[in-house]
Amino acid sequence: MAILITKESKIIIQGFTGKIGTFHAEEMLEYGTNVVGGVTPGKGGQTHLDRPVFNTVKDAVEQTGADASILFVPPAFAADSAMEAAEAGIKTLVAITDGIPAHDMIKVKRFLKTFNNEDRMTMVGPNCAGVISPGKCMLGIMPGHIYKEGNVGVIGRSGTLGYEAAQQMKDLGIGISTSVGIGGDPINGSAFKDHLVKFEQDDETKVILMIGEIGGPQEAEAAEYARNNVSKPVIAYIAGLTAPKGKRMGHAGAIVSAGGESAAEKVEILKAAGVTIAKNPSVIGETVKSVLQQLDG
Amino acid sequence: MNIHEYQAKEILSKNGVSIPNGGIAYNPEEAIKRAKELGGSLWVVKAQIHSGARGKAGGIIVCKSEQEVSDAATKLIGKTLVTHQTGPDGKTVERVYIEEGTDIKKEFYLGFVLDRSSESIMVIASSEGGMSIEEIAEENPDSIIKTKIEAAVGMQPYQARQISFALGLESKAVNQCAQAILGAYKAFSTSDSTMVEINPLVLTNDEKVLALDCKMSFDDNALYRHSELDELRDKSQEDPKETYAADRGLNYIPLDGDIGNIINGAGLAMASMDMIQLAGGQPANFLDVGGGATPEKFVKAFKLISGDPNVRVILINIFAGINRCDWVAQGIVDALNQITIEQPLVIRLAGTNVDQGIKILKDSKIEYTEAFSLEDAANKAVEALNNLGN
Repeated sequence: MAILITKESKIIIQGFTGKIGTFHAEEMLEYGTNVVGGVTPGKGGQTHLDRPVFNTVKDAVEQTGADASILFVPPAFAADSAMEAAEAGIKTLVAITDGIPAHDMIKVKRFLKTFNNEDRMTMVGPNCAGVISPGKCMLGIMPGHIYKEGNVGVIGRSGTLGYEAAQQMKDLGIGISTSVGIGGDPINGSAFKDHLVKFEQDDETKVILMIGEIGGPQEAEAAEYARNNVSKPVIAYIAGLTAPKGKRMGHAGAIVSAGGESAAEKVEILKAAGVTIAKNPSVIGETVKSVLQQLDG
Repeated sequence: MNIHEYQAKEILSKNGVSIPNGGIAYNPEEAIKRAKELGGSLWVVKAQIHSGARGKAGGIIVCKSEQEVSDAATKLIGKTLVTHQTGPDGKTVERVYIEEGTDIKKEFYLGFVLDRSSESIMVIASSEGGMSIEEIAEENPDSIIKTKIEAAVGMQPYQARQISFALGLESKAVNQCAQAILGAYKAFSTSDSTMVEINPLVLTNDEKVLALDCKMSFDDNALYRHSELDELRDKSQEDPKETYAADRGLNYIPLDGDIGNIINGAGLAMASMDMIQLAGGQPANFLDVGGGATPEKFVKAFKLISGDPNVRVILINIFAGINRCDWVAQGIVDALNQITIEQPLVIRLAGTNVDQGIKILKDSKIEYTEAFSLEDAANKAVEALNNLGN
């Protein structure tokens, strides 16, 4: 089944006709993603990459039945576009945009809470590489060819570190059900925990890999949730053991500002919750492999 | 972005928070002038650097005469203050703030942050002002009052009153304190702040509530809509290498080690640093070159890293996604045709078009050690360092 997106997902692209939107739309189409159209306000009625362009997400959803969207809108307008997607009935939104103000994200999260559970959009990102269900659908900017189809559910903050893990697994013959990049911002659309819930219910997913980093409470919250609610084995790697306190390591969210936020502390919290730890980033693939072998043996 | 205490207080004052009178001075003459303007017989000369804990570092001097004000300004201006927040290099004082003395009855802590757990603005208050929030949390955690603000409606007056009563204030002072809290909230929420810390907020002997010190930080991603903050930026308080990098679209943090890094992606950069340490080395920096790794960007990255006297080996680790390895390799080769580096170079490429990328590197004249994995790259960087001897 995979989570969030499948072969049947109908995808629209917000910021479709821009340079970046066009480039990644082509990549997604080449991967076989079912892109049904796009939105660029003021360009409704035009055709782009043989697909219809709409003025509003509402129009796009009504006329194409789209249920998932990917956002390439500049930071100043991205929060607005995310809320537009939520209101229009989009179920999964990937926000690629880097640099959305944190106060805007607080508003987006508050807006999403006004919907009933069953109507609420799942937002992935911002500042992320997106979501891929290998062999089925790519809603992101990752290199699709390094992801093999399989049974490992992946949730990670970082784009390139996620690629590293996918490549290591592919080299060992291990595939992925869905890989979700939740992004490096301090306030993000969805957290590790939100996707643990989905992977736990997904038949195709046998084990779950979390790739976290310094800063913020989300890894610890996920550990707590995994201990009490996840029956599938969980594996984790936390980047930033050498990161100094109080320094922001690239990602706006990657800064140790409170207790429990350093890599070492997160590792301890995850271990205590029964999560298997990949000791360093070069053994992520091997650690997943050994857990899979224990499961089969 | 951070600003100085006096700038933060000015913002607070505009939003209805009472502050002591004061003025800024760049030299001792100006300092005396400010003291005369303020009048009275007690002044505080405060070093303006982007750091807290200035008092312990000798950056805050109480003066009882104009001569003492002048002496304090002479002593502080041009001096480098080292606090536990500045790092070992410290920060240089270029201006001092002359403030009228305040007759303190009681000190409080008041802070506003973006709370990542509740994904809302959180107000943190304590009756134990004057020490850092970390110390308060350690010594008297029960004194900490946390109030979550509902994003859709903003802070309400009852919340500010609740905090004021919980701080132990009475009668007239409650309203004054509530006004200060609501004013500070307004300052925070209308300027895209990530932190406002008033420590201490004081009750004076004549029952006034004043913000005696204030630190304020802003979300860099939102500066585009706050042109009023532009002029408050003081680049002299920022690390010049970090500023150089930021102005060129590079994410850079200097560290203490001797292996320089050029990596794409923040997570992979942190992971590579971890691998270097595991291999027995120490990273000299964090550097994320981001997506489009053009030759121009590599030239800038090489200049930044190779010019750092601490760097003895340079490690490049690129996992190309949309960014293809052949483009990256060409970027590296072109950059090294423009700039000469003294340090040994270790390169690991992975991802899209890796074979073409490696071929470009091999066909070029550049001298480097090829690495085949994250682990191999870290090991070879440390090996190259060891080969250099001392």
